[in-house]
Amino acid sequence: MEVRKALPEIFEEFSEARRNGFIAAKNFKETNRPMIGTFCTFMPQELPLAMGAATVSLCATSDETIGEAEKDLPRNLCPLIKSSYGFGKTDKCPYFYFSDLVVGETTCDGKRKMFELMSDYKPVHVMRLPNDPTTQASFDLWKGEIIKYKEVLEKQFDTEISNEAIKEAIQLKNKERKALKDFYALGQLKPSAIEGLDILKVLYGSTFKFDREQNVYDINDLTEKVQAEYDSGKTLEDKPRILITGCPIGGVTEKVVKAIEDNGGRVVFFENCMGAKAVEDMVDENNEDVFEALTEKYLKIGCSCMSPNPNRFKLLDEAIDAYKVDAVVDVVLQACHTYAIETMTVKRFVNEKKEKPYISVETDYSTSDVGQLNTRMAAFIEML
Amino acid sequence: MKYAIGIDSGSATTKGVLFDGREILKKIIVPTGPNPRRTMEEIYIQLKEDKEAFCVTTGYGRDLLEQSDKSVTEITCHGIGAAFLCPGTRGVIDIGGQDSKVILLDQNAFIKDFLMNDKCAAGTGRFVEMISRILHQDLADLDAYVKDAHPIKISSMCTVFAESEVIGLLAQNTPGPDIGLGVIHSICKRTAMFAGKLPLEGKVFFSGGLSNFKTIQHQLQEELKREVITHELAQFAGAIGAAKIGYDKHKSI
Ligand code: SF4
Ligand code: SF4
Repeated sequence: MEVRKALPEIFEEFSEARRNGFIAAKNFKETNRPMIGTFCTFMPQELPLAMGAATVSLCATSDETIGEAEKDLPRNLCPLIKSSYGFGKTDKCPYFYFSDLVVGETTCDGKRKMFELMSDYKPVHVMRLPNDPTTQASFDLWKGEIIKYKEVLEKQFDTEISNEAIKEAIQLKNKERKALKDFYALGQLKPSAIEGLDILKVLYGSTFKFDREQNVYDINDLTEKVQAEYDSGKTLEDKPRILITGCPIGGVTEKVVKAIEDNGGRVVFFENCMGAKAVEDMVDENNEDVFEALTEKYLKIGCSCMSPNPNRFKLLDEAIDAYKVDAVVDVVLQACHTYAIETMTVKRFVNEKKEKPYISVETDYSTSDVGQLNTRMAAFIEML
Repeated sequence: MKYAIGIDSGSATTKGVLFDGREILKKIIVPTGPNPRRTMEEIYIQLKEDKEAFCVTTGYGRDLLEQSDKSVTEITCHGIGAAFLCPGTRGVIDIGGQDSKVILLDQNAFIKDFLMNDKCAAGTGRFVEMISRILHQDLADLDAYVKDAHPIKISSMCTVFAESEVIGLLAQNTPGPDIGLGVIHSICKRTAMFAGKLPLEGKVFFSGGLSNFKTIQHQLQEELKREVITHELAQFAGAIGAAKIGYDKHKSI
């Protein structure tokens, strides 16, 4: 069996997408179309798309501006919130700078209160996300919030968003979801076709591409290439197969993926926000009530801010089987209470229901814990 | 005759053993010092002499020794070492110089689960070191020093703050042994809380530098409410585990 060198250039291109995206974003803005900054996968991207706007994720992934953020925010707060706030405040993130409107949701307490401060220097619209995904009252509330959001967009950008346009956007987003899904489903192959780090690079990078059709094309093309190489017999060496769940990762927190893959494991599935959490389920294209279709999809995202949070376990359950997972790593960002508390439920589920080993690791946006992460991950993989 | 060398490069001390598959033939322990690689190398040379031996390294410096044939994490080595010293062990608590760990083993001495605390010094050997420095008390005499003392409650959760607290207590004329025993109670309490996150079963094997102290072993037993056993070689558990892995590996080649 030949050990394959991955398709390096294509992967590099995706991992450079964030940086190259600055220019793409600037060009996009020059066409006089709005850009909407988002912080979370709960934001229905179909609405901005339907009015010809672009969306970009402002979830920051480096510790560069945490110092600045800590002048306003408590130190003992999740690094994602501090860093995102800091990038906004210092205007160091061009995407933030280009965003005409920032949309937040009432997900975790930290983010919710941070948006209050952020609105001092940027137009912020906060959607009131209910925290129990199972009730009709929540459904109605969220549907109302989605409609309100549409109205806010219409008013701010002096335009009208038709149902037809939303339908088209739904189809386009579904197409993109399908492409991403087909791509990360390469992780199901055993022996593996692709390193976890490369999967993450593509998932992360694809959020910084503004030409959606092109993005779909590129991802499909990549999937085909990897599959073709695999079919011609170029497979990777078999290693313990790891599923990553928990807080959003990407950027500096790639260190967790590296620690796993440098120490003898292979990440085959990302359940996190950058991964399958918001991609796995499609929006119903046949529902004539587009708002109902959107509500249904977005309320199903299995984030720990939800309680109860059955959808996270449903996805974990399916993915552990489909991806032939040997063990689960749960990543918790420092001071993220919801994910930290939920580690207990996930551990029980993984150990008892799925009978697989489980470990949770706490990390932040610094690189000071790389040694500790390596020891933990190496020991965990030795145990398998 | 085949031999294996296990070297455990910890933050405070480096331990090495020579193993022939049945017995520990030789053991060395020295302070790690500022150059862990050199320390490991010296131990390696002393253990090896002119024998042929498979060498496994573990601990913080596990990847530093050039002559090492394999590096394995301290979690795995401590688990295997504990099971070797005390067959049937299902739980291990190791309190090291700058971290502490809890390891669960299954009936075949495979690692089932573990936890590591390396974010906080308060439940580690560092705490005891700090206190013996302030009290001008040699660590080796710890057991005798706190005998018959009445422990003072140390309320600070952090080594740095505890240090100020201890200095404050001394200023109020609190007897040193009472403070020393208070610190031991505090470490054991923290360790037991930490260990309580894993479902321990049966007896617990206590390893690491602090395991030589009867007072600590006893207090840990009180806090855990279960029997805590140890072994005169418990401090070498990591190195022994490494040597055992090396020997088994060597044998199969
Ligand atoms: S983890 Fe939850 S709150 Fe954070 S981005 Fe994902 S869905 Fe939003
Ligand atoms: S990682 Fe946790 S604390 Fe941070 S923004 Fe997401 S849910 Fe909130």
